[in-house]
Amino acid sequence: MTDIPQTRWRPATTEPPLVKWTLIALCLAVLGVLLFAPLIAVLDEALRRGWAFALTSLGDRDAQAAIWLTIKVAAVVVPLNVVFGIAAAWAITKFDWRGKAWVITLIDLPFSVSPVVAGLMFVLMFGANSSLGAWLVASGFPIVFAVPGIVLATLFITFPFVARELIPVMLEQGKTEEEAALTLGAGGWRVFFTVTLPNIRWALLYGVLLCNARAMGEFGAVAVVSGKIRGQTTTMPLMIEMFYNEYLSVAAFTMAGVLALLALVTLTLKSALEWRYADQLAATHRH
Amino acid sequence: MTARPFSLRAPTPMPGWGLSFGILLTMLSVVVLIPMAVLLWRGFVGFGAAEMWAVVNRPRVWNALALSFRAALIASLFNLVFGVLLAWVLVRYSFPGKRIIDAAVDLPFALPTAVAGIALTAIYAPNGVFGSVIRDTFGIRVAYTELGIWIALIFVGLPFVVRTVQPVIEEIDRETEEASATLGASRLRTLTNVILPMLAPAALTGFALALARSVGEYGSVIFIAGNLPGVTEIAPLLIVIRLEEFDYDGAVAIAIAMLAISFVLLLAINLIQIWSRRRTGAV
Repeated sequence: MTDIPQTRWRPATTEPPLVKWTLIALCLAVLGVLLFAPLIAVLDEALRRGWAFALTSLGDRDAQAAIWLTIKVAAVVVPLNVVFGIAAAWAITKFDWRGKAWVITLIDLPFSVSPVVAGLMFVLMFGANSSLGAWLVASGFPIVFAVPGIVLATLFITFPFVARELIPVMLEQGKTEEEAALTLGAGGWRVFFTVTLPNIRWALLYGVLLCNARAMGEFGAVAVVSGKIRGQTTTMPLMIEMFYNEYLSVAAFTMAGVLALLALVTLTLKSALEWRYADQLAATHRH
Repeated sequence: MTARPFSLRAPTPMPGWGLSFGILLTMLSVVVLIPMAVLLWRGFVGFGAAEMWAVVNRPRVWNALALSFRAALIASLFNLVFGVLLAWVLVRYSFPGKRIIDAAVDLPFALPTAVAGIALTAIYAPNGVFGSVIRDTFGIRVAYTELGIWIALIFVGLPFVVRTVQPVIEEIDRETEEASATLGASRLRTLTNVILPMLAPAALTGFALALARSVGEYGSVIFIAGNLPGVTEIAPLLIVIRLEEFDYDGAVAIAIAMLAISFVLLLAINLIQIWSRRRTGAV
């Protein structure tokens, strides 16, 4: 009896199983070391002295002020970015005009500017050393080292987020549906709210999620313009730095844990959108 | 195309041009263009190109700029290679937990940089979980050295290449690979000569995005870097230091130098991209 050696048939467009599993293992190892380990570290360091101790550190007056300030800044920045994103996407996708490509590039500009440089720009514009800034301080409306500066710097950093989600989606959807509504006699706002908005709502939500995460987490730009006045112009990320530099490790990592939780919620919602409404998102988010 | 009188915009019955374009232009000007112009004005007119050069042309500033761009290039190159690999694994292979891994790739986009900074420092510090192992095994320190800066920048730039390459791999027509295999090419040869050239433009886009992001990165780096002047002091940190000394001109000079180098680098990547697109005929 001679056994014919059984060779397992493998399609020509796949890699051998050994290669496949080596690559998977390699990827998981790198992600484990780079992504998952830091997340676990935040939790571990925060709970070093137990839950009660960690939660008490969040009750600190300055910590509370930082949490509220972060929420307030995001509550101003995100709606402004929604208005900008929708207006920009409407002007760019519903009309043909000269210089469009340039404007799109300019909207993306904040992505290639260091947050620190962004903060510096607003310090130069509104700082007490500029005549505009000196006048603003004299008239009781300081921008730099105050909340408006934090809002402006955050706005700069998050500027492209919503627009970039909406533009590809609205380009792909074209304008025939809007044109049909117009022909049937609908007014401009009615077309927007009954035709366009339902088509772009999930893409809009996607942009809002990313924009909000970045707005609440921005560090460099805010660090430069805020002046880091404890309890007044210190956002959560800045509070983390202060606690950390004061060797209040548990307080720093607990606040970091809150922001990490926010990041996980953002990722979960984002993935849910990608799985459920993939066809209504920009093509790059479809899996 | 019929000739029509010059106008900014083609005629259309679509409403809302005035409002949407007005908001677009106003906000773009207030948030991006005017602040940018103020920075450039302050540098070139208020301070002067020669004076700015004098500020930049000092060892401490040169070292900071060189460190920022060197570390960003190294980290982005790592992310370029690893990103293409990870995108391939996520699209072509199925394995348990794949969806979670796929979602987790975007963690650096969602996790605030300060959180990433202190977390990476906790792990890679000489007494940290990985830091102590690496120190005992290889005798090198990660945190508070340039190596730590690389790690932070790899973290920050990780998702870019994966997310630009992933949709391209999904679009690849299997018939191309089958044709290559039918013609006798080994799987490796198909991957390097057929697949990789198709991925190159998208991978370069991701590389450019990662580079732009990591050159200017501040939050995650300052905790792990050690911030020793001339050694582990990145350019954005030096700008912050100048600002704290109220040396606005110095800060502006370094900022403009960073913008200029970034601009040249991104332009170069763009040119390579155009060349690679033309070569492969990809869109």
